[in-house]
Amino acid sequence: MTHQNWKGFTAGAWQDEINVRDFIQRNYTEYTGDEAFLADATPRTKALMERLQALLKLEHQLGGVLDIDVDTVSSLTSYSPGYLDRENEIIVGLQTNRPLKRGVNPFGGMRMVRNACEAYGYKLSRKVEEEFKYRTTHNDGVFRAYTDEMRAARKCHVITGLPDAYGRGRIIGDYRRVALYGVDRLIEEKKRDKHALEETYFDTFQTRQSEELYQQISFLGKLKEMAAMYGFDISEPASNAREAIQWTYFAYLAAIKEQNGAAMSLGRVSTFFDIYIQRDLENGTLTEEGAQELMDDFVMKLRMARHLRTPEYNELFGGDPMWITEALGGVGEDGRSLVTKNTFRMLHTLYTLGSAPEPNLTVLWSKDLPVPFKRYCAKVSKDTDSIQYESDDLMRPLYGDDYAIACCVSAMKIGKQMQFFGARCNLAKLLLIAINGGYDTTSGMKIGPQMPVLESLDYESVMERYKIYTTWLAKLYVNTMNIIHYMHDKYAYEKIQMALHDTDVHRFMAFGIAGLSVVTDSFSAIKHTTVTPIKNENGYIVNFERDGDFPKFGNDDDRVDQIAQELTHDFIMKLRHAKTYREAEHTLSVLTITSNVMYGKHTGATPDGRPAGAPFAPGANPLHNREENGALASLNSVAKISYDDCRDGVSNTFSITPEALGRTDDERVDNLVSILDGYFAKGAHHINVNVLNRETLMKAYEDPDSYPNLTIRVSGYAVHFHKLSREQQREVINRTFHCTL
Amino acid sequence: MSTNDVIGRIHSIQSLGTVDGPGVRFVAFLSGCPLRCGCCHNPDTWDPNGGTEYTAVALAKKAEHFREYFGDAGGITLSGGEPLLQAVFAAEVFRLCHERGINTCLDTSGAILNDDVRRLLLHCDRVLLDIKYTDDTLYRHHVGMPLQTALDFLDELNKQGIPTTIRQVVIPTINDTDENYTALRDIAKAHPCVDRIELLPFKKICQVKYDEMNLAFPFADIPEADPRAVRKREILLNT
Repeated sequence: MTHQNWKGFTAGAWQDEINVRDFIQRNYTEYTGDEAFLADATPRTKALMERLQALLKLEHQLGGVLDIDVDTVSSLTSYSPGYLDRENEIIVGLQTNRPLKRGVNPFGGMRMVRNACEAYGYKLSRKVEEEFKYRTTHNDGVFRAYTDEMRAARKCHVITGLPDAYGRGRIIGDYRRVALYGVDRLIEEKKRDKHALEETYFDTFQTRQSEELYQQISFLGKLKEMAAMYGFDISEPASNAREAIQWTYFAYLAAIKEQNGAAMSLGRVSTFFDIYIQRDLENGTLTEEGAQELMDDFVMKLRMARHLRTPEYNELFGGDPMWITEALGGVGEDGRSLVTKNTFRMLHTLYTLGSAPEPNLTVLWSKDLPVPFKRYCAKVSKDTDSIQYESDDLMRPLYGDDYAIACCVSAMKIGKQMQFFGARCNLAKLLLIAINGGYDTTSGMKIGPQMPVLESLDYESVMERYKIYTTWLAKLYVNTMNIIHYMHDKYAYEKIQMALHDTDVHRFMAFGIAGLSVVTDSFSAIKHTTVTPIKNENGYIVNFERDGDFPKFGNDDDRVDQIAQELTHDFIMKLRHAKTYREAEHTLSVLTITSNVMYGKHTGATPDGRPAGAPFAPGANPLHNREENGALASLNSVAKISYDDCRDGVSNTFSITPEALGRTDDERVDNLVSILDGYFAKGAHHINVNVLNRETLMKAYEDPDSYPNLTIRVSGYAVHFHKLSREQQREVINRTFHCTL
Repeated sequence: MSTNDVIGRIHSIQSLGTVDGPGVRFVAFLSGCPLRCGCCHNPDTWDPNGGTEYTAVALAKKAEHFREYFGDAGGITLSGGEPLLQAVFAAEVFRLCHERGINTCLDTSGAILNDDVRRLLLHCDRVLLDIKYTDDTLYRHHVGMPLQTALDFLDELNKQGIPTTIRQVVIPTINDTDENYTALRDIAKAHPCVDRIELLPFKKICQVKYDEMNLAFPFADIPEADPRAVRKREILLNT
C-alpha cells in the first residue's frame, strides 16, 4: 500500500500493517552532535507565551482554577473550537472553548465533579445532574460491588489513592498512528478486526470485545469530526511536519477530552516528528526556526491541558499534574540511538518557553547514548530541574525500542500494551496492623485477620506475622483492583485511546507500595537492636524503644538493603497468587508521588524511630537524614531493588546542590553524566534529578509569588514549587539534600 | 603482619566527591592531623584516635562499589585529616585500588616526607597539594611549620613526575594579595608536575563543628571570600 503523503519515506512493513515502529526505524535520522544547531524562540512564540503566562498568572490568582464550564459534559465534540490566539497559533485545539477553562467529566464519578465545582465556587448545572441521574458512573459501579472489607481497607488508608472515583488513566494511545495513517485507515483496520470476530463463539469475552470495537470505531469518527471543527480533514495521512504534529495532537486532545485519568501520558513522539521535520527541512519548506516554533507551539498546548480535580486530590498529588509524559532518546534494537535533532528541540522548549513541569520529559538513558546528548540532558537538568531519567538498558530487553512511560515509571509498548492502574498500599502501616493483630491504631479500626498483639518483637516472629498480613492484603488488593477495572471498562471505557491500540492488547495490572524504606528500616532495627514495644491503655502497641543503632537503608549496606529486596519480592509473589481481571500481568511499583506526606500522616510511630505522623520518604528513597556515606551510597541501596520484582518502576528522587556537583559548570555537567551512567550501570530503574539550593527553596517558601516558575522534581514528575501545599513544601525542604561542606 | 591486615582510621566517607580531584570520586577522610590551621573546616578530623577502623582491603572493596560512577576521570581520593599520618595504610589502599583499575588521588598538605610517604607516592595518580600560604612568616604563624616543608614535598612530587594540583584557600585579609598569587604562580612554574591551581573560597559553615566540639574557631571574625571573585582569580592563574 502506498500514499502520496508518504513520498520520500523508505517503504516497509509499516505501509501494509499498523506499525509505527517499523516506520520510525526505516526513516529516522540519528543525531550524534550537540545543541549548537538549536534556534531561539521567535517573536511570535514569545508573544504567544506571554499571553499564556498572563492566563497562568490569573489562574493562580483565582485559586488554581480559571473557569469551569458546568453545563457541558466533556467529550470530543461537545465544545466549539477554542484558541489561545487564533491568528498566530500554528498548532490548534483546546479541551474546551477557552484556554485553561475546565470541563466536567462525570463518567468516572459524580461526587468528585460536584465537589470540585463547589470547591472553586461553582455549581454543577441541573442539566448535567439530570443527564447523569439515569447513568451509572464508574464510581457507582465500583461501590455497588465493593465488599465491607474493601471499604474498610480504603477507609483506614492501608490501600489508598485507588482510581475508583475518576478516570484510571495510565493508558497511552498511539497518537502517532493518526498522523502516519490518517483516521480512515485506522477505522478500516478496526472494522476488519470486528468482522473477524464472526469466526469465533460469542462468550462474555467476545461479546465485550465486539462492543468495545464498536465504540472505538464510533470515536474514531468523532475524532475526525472534532478536527473538522478546527478546519482540518484528518482522514488521510499527514503530508508535512506541521500536519504530523497537529494530527498527533488532535488524537491526544481527543483522549483528554474523553478521559480525566490521573496520568494521561503522551508516549514517544519527538523522534517520530523528526522524520517529518527532516523531510520538510530537506525539501526547503521548513527552517530550523520554524521547526522549533512547531515544537514550542505543541508544547504550549500540552502545558494548557487541565482536568477538574478536588482540592483534596491536589493535596494528595501536589499541584495539578497531568503526567503528559514524553519519552526521549533511548537506543534501538539495532544499536543506533533514537536521539534526533527533534529530541534536542523538545528539551530546548524548557529554554524557549521556560522551565515547567509539563510535559513530563523523561529521558530513556543508555550507556550507548551519544555523549553530546548526555551532556545536553545534564545541562538541562542542572538549569531547569525538569527532567527525569529511566534506564533504557533495563527496559529495552523487555519492551523493545518503541515503548513509552505512563505517568512516572510505568513502561509499556506503545499501542500494544496498556495497564490497569492501582495506586498503592502502605506497607509500613500494614506492619503496625500486623504487630497489633489486626488493629489499626490511627483509625481505631479492626482490619484483617484477628490475632493477639505480639508480645515480644524478635525478627523471626515479626517477619512471620507480617507475612501473614501481606498474604491477606495482596488478595484483597487484587480483588479490589479487579472490581475497579471491570467497572471502568463497563462504564468509562477509553474509546479513543483503545482505538489507538492494537485490538489484541496485553494488559498489566499495576500494584504499588508506599513506605518501603520505613518498613525496611523497621525490620533492620528489630533485627540489629532490641526493640521494646510501648502499649497504650487498651493494650495496643503505639510506640517503640530501641537500645542501639542499626544499619539503615541508603548506605549501601547489604545487611539492610537485602531486607528491602526480600520485602518487595514477598509482596509481588503474593500478588501473583491472586487471579486478575482480563488475565492482566501483575506488576509492582515503589512510587509515592508527593503523597509520601499523606501516607506518613496516616501511619503511627514505627519501630525504626520514625514518629507517628511523620512523612515517609518519596518512592524508594531512603528516609530523610539516614544516609551516612553520601549520595552514591544512597543510590546504590535503591539500585539493589530488583526491577524483575518491580516491573512497574522503582522511583528515586535525587536532590543535590550545585556546589556538591562540581566546581565549574562544565565539571557539573560531566559529573552528572557520570552519576547517571553509574547509577544505571548498577541496574537502577529511575531517577529524578534536582540541582538546587535549600536556600532557594526556603526563599520560595517564604515568598511564593516571586518564584512562579520554580520547578522541582518530586516522585515521578515535576511540579511548580508554589503549587505544593505548605506541608509538602516543608517536606521537600527538609528532604535530604546532598551538599558539600 | 601481612599487608592485607594494615588498619587505618577513617573519620568519614563521602561516596559522591566532586571537589576533591577530577571527576566523580569516592572520598575517604582519614583521622588525625598534625597541623592546626586557623582556616581548617574539618576540626572533627584532627584526633588521630577518632573515626572507625578499616582494613585496607575493606576500604578498597568499598570504593569498588562505586566504580561504575567514576567514568574516565574519577576514582578514589584519600583526604583528611592528613593522610600522610597513615602513609602505610594509604599506600596499601592505593595499591589495592590500582589492582582494581581505580584511579587514585591524594589530598594533602605535604606536612611529612619520609620513606613511607615516598612509597605512598608511588601509588598516587594525582596529588592535591594544599599550599596554605606562600609567605613563610604567615605559614609558620598559621600552620606551625616552615613553608619549606610543603615545598620539599612538591620537589618530591616533581621528581616522581606525579600530576599535581596546587590548592589554596583564599582567606580575605590574610592571603588574598597580588604578592601571594604571583608567588603561587611562580611555585607552579618552577614545578612542571603542577598542571592546575585551584583556589577555594574561605567559608565559615564549619563554625557549627567548632561549636559542637567546644573549640574556638580562630578565623571566626574573618569575612568569607566571594566565590565569584575567587573563581575569576583562579581562571587568571591557570591561563
